[in-house]
Amino acid sequence: MQELINRAKELLADNTVARVLGWRAGDLPYDPEPAYFETEDALKDFVYNGFCGANLSKYMIEASKLEGKTLVFLKPCDTYSFNQLLKEHRVDREKAYIIGVGCKGKLDIEKIRKQGVKGIRGISGAEMTDDADVLTIDTIYGEKTCAYQDVMLGRCHVCKGKEHKVYDELIGESRETTDAERFAEVEAIEAMSPQERFAYFKKELSKCIRCNACRNVCPACSCRKCVFDSNKFDSSQKANADSFEEKMFHIIRAFHVAGRCTDCGECSRVCPQGIPLHLFNRKFIKEIDQLYGEYQAGEDTESKAPLTDYTFEDAEPSIIGERG
Amino acid sequence: MSIEAKEEFRPKIVAFCCNWCSYAGADLAGSSRLGYPADVKIIRVPCSCRVNPMFILRAFEKGADGVIMCGCHPGDCHYSTGNYYARRRMTLLFSMLDFIGVENGRTRVEWVSAAEGARFSDTMNDFVEKIRSLGKNVRLEDLRCRS
Ligand code: SF4
Ligand code: SF4
Repeated sequence: MQELINRAKELLADNTVARVLGWRAGDLPYDPEPAYFETEDALKDFVYNGFCGANLSKYMIEASKLEGKTLVFLKPCDTYSFNQLLKEHRVDREKAYIIGVGCKGKLDIEKIRKQGVKGIRGISGAEMTDDADVLTIDTIYGEKTCAYQDVMLGRCHVCKGKEHKVYDELIGESRETTDAERFAEVEAIEAMSPQERFAYFKKELSKCIRCNACRNVCPACSCRKCVFDSNKFDSSQKANADSFEEKMFHIIRAFHVAGRCTDCGECSRVCPQGIPLHLFNRKFIKEIDQLYGEYQAGEDTESKAPLTDYTFEDAEPSIIGERG
Repeated sequence: MSIEAKEEFRPKIVAFCCNWCSYAGADLAGSSRLGYPADVKIIRVPCSCRVNPMFILRAFEKGADGVIMCGCHPGDCHYSTGNYYARRRMTLLFSMLDFIGVENGRTRVEWVSAAEGARFSDTMNDFVEKIRSLGKNVRLEDLRCRS
């Protein structure tokens, strides 16, 4: 972490960048928040640890409109989002100085809580420098430990790899975290009967409070005017609608980002209701891979997005039923 | 003891038809006196590509039991390529609807040209039969709305 701060100070001092976009320590040891730092002094609050799951690439849309360059720290998975934004001309590469930071998997505070850890005062083992496999948590009830693996965000178990897709320089080591099959969760749902699937999603989506956090955090949801903010559609807000509202919201949103979603997992991370939103996006990714050839959004900045492309031989929609 | 009215199930079916091929196909079916059930409500669109996936979701929300989209055969689109994009979109949308539990049989895409009145009528008869066999659709609704 110190290395990142030192480098940020250097870049600020020689005017390479006008500001730094990173994470600032929150009130609690596990809630760092995205923040701009404009002076060397401000950087004393900078943190980078296992709780810095927040993907900063979306903030670069705004930062691209500011005077001067912005130093931004991107984890390997965040660089896919940045690339995708570049491809869609939403960010300006010239306005970004990207330091690719190492990643050893990010932590999910909810999973720590689920292990019965309460009253957290301090956490060690989450620093990026230590190679700890165990988190030592100081709580008001005494010291607790958790295996790092067990309390990682779901998305880190299906990490796309620790290679940065776009950067100016790299700092820090990464650790392989992939230990699950990317589409296993989707497949488990596909194996259910339609009635079971319906019941499953009805239960999950009924929890939605339409806070829009998933939309707001999503790097693919970068439309200047979002359909959910328009009062021309009755999809605009959480109405006291008698039906379908949530499913509508989620299907529409998943559809808007289909072929553009990099599977960064931010939606599921921020959802206050713990809805597994990534399942929708991953379902689309799985279908696109199978029907139109493997495609990873954000892998590059040139290839055509699957939904803005076609071939004469594309499968007919009836394939969905035929393949069983 | 409650008395249940034994009414025949009349599915609500929405058919999006493109102006240039399928709608004309429906016209031909009509002028050729080829029948199809009145359960099918046709909505004319300029091109199959005009069908925003939201239209289909809305139809289901408003209580449709089945939705069918008809357009020009691939290669015959009045706007050259509209139906190729529509094909990908509908494939993905149908797969998502299936994923959340709306049986795949309730959604269909058929390519019907202006000269295929008989094909239009057969397609609709077949689709209505299929929806009748599937029965009433699930309501895409929020759990909190009903107790
Ligand atoms: S939900 Fe759709 S319209 Fe809204 S920001 Fe995301 S992609 Fe754009
Ligand atoms: S973050 Fe969760 S609760 Fe909020 S709108 Fe999205 S799904 Fe609903």
